[in-house]
Amino acid sequence: MTTTLTGTQELKRGVLALGLERGFLEIKQQIRNKQALFFTLLFPVMLLVLFGAIFGGGKVEGTNVELRQVFIAGIIASGVMSASFSSLAIGIALERDEGMLKRLAVTPMPKAAYFLGKLVMTMALSIAELVVMLAVGVLLYGLDLPATATKWLTLVWVLVLGNLSCSLLGIAYSRLARNGRSAAAVVQPPYIALQFISGVFFVFSNLSKPLQTVAAIFPLKWMAQGMRSVFLPDSFARVEPAGSWEQPRVALVLGAWTVGAFVLCTLTWRWQKDGR
Amino acid sequence: MLVGVGPLGGITLLAASSDPATSRPQGPRGRAGKDFDGRGILASLSRGSLSVINRMGDGGTERMGVPQRTPEAQARGMGRGSGQVIRVRALRKAYGTKAALDGVDLDVDRGEVVALLGPNGAGKTTTVEVLEGFRSRTAGEVAVLDEDPEHGSRAWRARIGVVLQDLGSFDELRVREVVRHWSHFLADPLDPDEVIELVALSDKAGSLGKTLSGGQRRRLDVAVGLVGRPELLFLDEPTTGLDPEARRAVWDLIGRLTALGTTVLLTSHLLDEVEALADRVLVIVDGRVVAAGTPRTLGGRSDAQAVVAFDRPTSDRPLPSEVTGSPVEVDGRRCRITTDRPTAVVAGLSAWAGAAELPGLTVSRPTLEDVYLSLVAHRELAGAGR
Repeated sequence: MTTTLTGTQELKRGVLALGLERGFLEIKQQIRNKQALFFTLLFPVMLLVLFGAIFGGGKVEGTNVELRQVFIAGIIASGVMSASFSSLAIGIALERDEGMLKRLAVTPMPKAAYFLGKLVMTMALSIAELVVMLAVGVLLYGLDLPATATKWLTLVWVLVLGNLSCSLLGIAYSRLARNGRSAAAVVQPPYIALQFISGVFFVFSNLSKPLQTVAAIFPLKWMAQGMRSVFLPDSFARVEPAGSWEQPRVALVLGAWTVGAFVLCTLTWRWQKDGR
Repeated sequence: MLVGVGPLGGITLLAASSDPATSRPQGPRGRAGKDFDGRGILASLSRGSLSVINRMGDGGTERMGVPQRTPEAQARGMGRGSGQVIRVRALRKAYGTKAALDGVDLDVDRGEVVALLGPNGAGKTTTVEVLEGFRSRTAGEVAVLDEDPEHGSRAWRARIGVVLQDLGSFDELRVREVVRHWSHFLADPLDPDEVIELVALSDKAGSLGKTLSGGQRRRLDVAVGLVGRPELLFLDEPTTGLDPEARRAVWDLIGRLTALGTTVLLTSHLLDEVEALADRVLVIVDGRVVAAGTPRTLGGRSDAQAVVAFDRPTSDRPLPSEVTGSPVEVDGRRCRITTDRPTAVVAGLSAWAGAAELPGLTVSRPTLEDVYLSLVAHRELAGAGR
């Protein structure tokens, strides 16, 4: 298809610049909705305090590690999933329902800028979540920050891959909500179910084999395992089902989900709700 | 509604537009012309048409506070060439066995304001969405700015502006942030602050979207649709839900744009809106175009028979049974004469009444609303019988 445009009407800003600009605007919107931000960030803290109170200071059988340190690592992982998967699946379903997506789709904005903006936003939200959890963990529960550069590096890639895979899954999952009102109801069940079977609140190896098998399909289990490899002493690794942290496998599964969810997004994405 | 005896014209199905200078009997009235000086931005909206602005400055081409397009402005097509902007032939859109659009033809020339009028669910929005490249079509030919919208490139998108219905609001963003961001989608946008001024939101530029009134939100929608300096602007129910004052403000804004030759495809179910803004109207019912013409001539309105009516004077003088050949119908005190020659009838009545004033004297032709309602009712009856 030929265009009759003169050269003046080409985009001034590239996909990257526009994506970053969208990301900053998305973050601004999150910050301005103070109530939502407050509860998003504090919900994992509440879980932490609650489970801390329920389980007290008991140690994981056969180890020198307190159970609550295990679920601090797990809740950090589930906080990342909440900041990425849940917030995008619900937020995008709302935007689609309201027509905001349609508004964007009729502009010459490169479509990738929209997704880039969302990823920037969830990354910022995940980092904010992590900082809050680390602060509470260190101050209240004697959590030790990672001692070596290698562990910090592991934290970075687990966070990035976990956030990416869960964000893209959230984008794809947003299609399932028929309207904005049902979005939260459609999104929460898989998230909550995964939390219970992925070793977030309970020691993963104590779960039954079938549950372990199901959980191992999804990213949360691997993200939680990656977080444990960062925050727990290496001696804890032998309690893991494989007897080690399986870091390469964590990277592989999260990476595969990132690629798979990206493909799923491109296949299922719709800019308008009725999708006709 | 009272109208004079106008030039005669019939139903002109899909005819080329008449002279825009005469086919726009009333632009949106209002004070908006004095609210702010939008001339600078109007000039920048249409690079190369500064002479038009200067002409407007002479005051010779402004009527009722709204700049009227000069034929030259239209012919020049804002310096972007001329010719057809939209061409649609036998457009069909079916969902299963139900046809939402069933053979729609539409031609829009550069600089025209064409309105799609019809009841809810008639297919107006579907038509517009096909033209915007937002819906695929089942059959038919569609060209918008010489491209098939289904494969519309980004460069093509840069040439159209879209103001849709139900777009969601920018609750947590400020007006200026929104317009600036939108302007970044293009290399050659208008100055965001000037666009904000054009839609009269300057004093709200720093406000969050959630604090805007309905009319202000709609004007922000228009600002976002305009900032890319579009050649063709789609306006889908631009004033639905607005109070009369806000509606006038939006009309005035549209009048200002069209004055410089921006081509506009408007959908509406508001007859006064169509009458105020459109050069040409297509009435869509049940996915078909049932009539087309200028707002004045639609459905044979301008050459329909006129009705001369008056209240019978209290005097005992017997009524004429006919005046200049037309029978007088009497309904209580009200008398009606249906005629092709209202002027002669009024003269005859005047002679009959002598020096007396006839109370309640009116000469009327079908209003656009009368014509529209009869078109819709007729069509719906036909549809029910199928």
